[in-house]
Amino acid sequence: MFFKIAWLLMRKDLTVEVRSREILYTTAFFAVSCVLVFSFALVKEGRPLQDGAAGILWIAIAFAGTLALGRTFERERHAETLRALLLAPAGRPAIYVGKLLGILALLFSVELVLVPLVGLLFQAAFQREVGWMIALLVAGTVGFAAVGTLFAAMLVRARSRDVMLPVLLYPITIPVIIAGVRGTAALLQAAPDVETARMWVALLVFFDAVFVTLSLWTFESLMTD
Amino acid sequence: MRRYLSPLLFVAMAMFAVAPVLIERAPYEASMGLVQKIFYFHVPSAMVMFVSAFVCGIASVLFLFKNRPSSDHVAAAAGELTAVFGLIVLVTGPMWARRAWGVWWEWDARLTSSLLVELIFVAYLLVRKYGGPASEKLAAAIALFGMANVPFVYVSVNLWRTLHPRTTVAMTLPAGMKEPFWFSVAAFGLLYIALLTIRSWLGRERAELERAYLELEEE
Amino acid sequence: MAGGIAAAAAAPLVAQQPSPEPSVWELPQTAPQQGEFVPVKGLPQQEQLPAASLVMGAYAFVWVVLLLYVWSLWRRLGALQRELSDLRKRTAARK
Repeated sequence: MFFKIAWLLMRKDLTVEVRSREILYTTAFFAVSCVLVFSFALVKEGRPLQDGAAGILWIAIAFAGTLALGRTFERERHAETLRALLLAPAGRPAIYVGKLLGILALLFSVELVLVPLVGLLFQAAFQREVGWMIALLVAGTVGFAAVGTLFAAMLVRARSRDVMLPVLLYPITIPVIIAGVRGTAALLQAAPDVETARMWVALLVFFDAVFVTLSLWTFESLMTD
Repeated sequence: MRRYLSPLLFVAMAMFAVAPVLIERAPYEASMGLVQKIFYFHVPSAMVMFVSAFVCGIASVLFLFKNRPSSDHVAAAAGELTAVFGLIVLVTGPMWARRAWGVWWEWDARLTSSLLVELIFVAYLLVRKYGGPASEKLAAAIALFGMANVPFVYVSVNLWRTLHPRTTVAMTLPAGMKEPFWFSVAAFGLLYIALLTIRSWLGRERAELERAYLELEEE
Repeated sequence: MAGGIAAAAAAPLVAQQPSPEPSVWELPQTAPQQGEFVPVKGLPQQEQLPAASLVMGAYAFVWVVLLLYVWSLWRRLGALQRELSDLRKRTAARK
């Protein structure tokens, strides 16, 4: 029952999104603009900085993720569907998971564009250890989105929600950024350091487990008022 | 609790007045000299800051799941105090570091975690102030997530490098330094308890005021 | 469970590092770390004045911050109590 609800909710979000593709296109374009700004700011004499690609990739993911979260819940607020969802006889945690899956689908689509682009602009060989790269991206994005979905849902009714989301989200997701960047940098070295990357992936998985659990646990009490 | 407040505050202030004498008489440290004496109020402040962060986190959990308004008042008080003592730690630390390590700041595990805790609690205060309706619950979630986050930050930053004197320093202090240090810890601890009590009381009074306004409107 | 994986994944990494401390979470230090404080009598020559301003400054900062906070509490409490007694007088007068 739980997964059915979550699945239905995700399908609903995806159906709405596929019709207009508004959030997908705007978020992807925003991520690309971010990367371009960085490529002008951080590239010297045509040579990429060491670790530049890793950092820039994850910053772009973080910024794009924040934007996507804000826009998704803005849409909910606009249509007042969030209240309708909460009134429905669906378990609150299922609603959280449904929204999380929708956000993840969105972010993974954006990353499909972003990773090759960063690899191209910064001559970073992401494809060398594809398996571990994907593991890093998945684990990191899940961690970021897990906390982000909760906070964005909470902020729907708050004032100054646009600035509040990054203010609240970034400090909490710093371990995700650290792990993502260090893991990616390890994989991008001349001799890819798979062991280090594996360690960071393990940390990220642990982070995901803890924070998804915490979010499920608190979603119920946070949405009641 | 209220009865003990004035004597508590008085004792804390008295201890603060006496502390410089004790600190002055403590021996100098071999490699760092005079500037090491900042340690006597930097470290107790750090201890109080982290204790306060946990108090806020635990009170927030109680508020989220048991809905007790008293928990919320304690959480708000502890949140403010964490930010205040955190500010002390983050300013006195670099002042010490400039002399001892030659740099104002280093991105090692301890400093980064402390900076992060401070950021989280400033965010906590911002949410309480500007979050609009139901911001208490959101702030409580921030405190909870912030607390859960600290070990992750510590571990992930530690996997780079660490420059800070190790935690064992406090336990292996030689004779001349032990007394002023633990005296300072006691002074800061008592001050914290006094301030926490006062600030929680402020929260309760404000709730009382709002209730009185509601009563007035109902007539 | 996940913590076990993390430790196991970290172990081969650390095994390759010539680390003085047998701790899973530490890599070779960039600067020598202090294990304990060593007391000494008197003050080495070059340490005298610049450090003093830092110590005084730090101490003064602590006092200023704490006093400002206590003052802020005092002010808020005072305003609140005045408002509360005002309100109580008004409700009493109404009745």
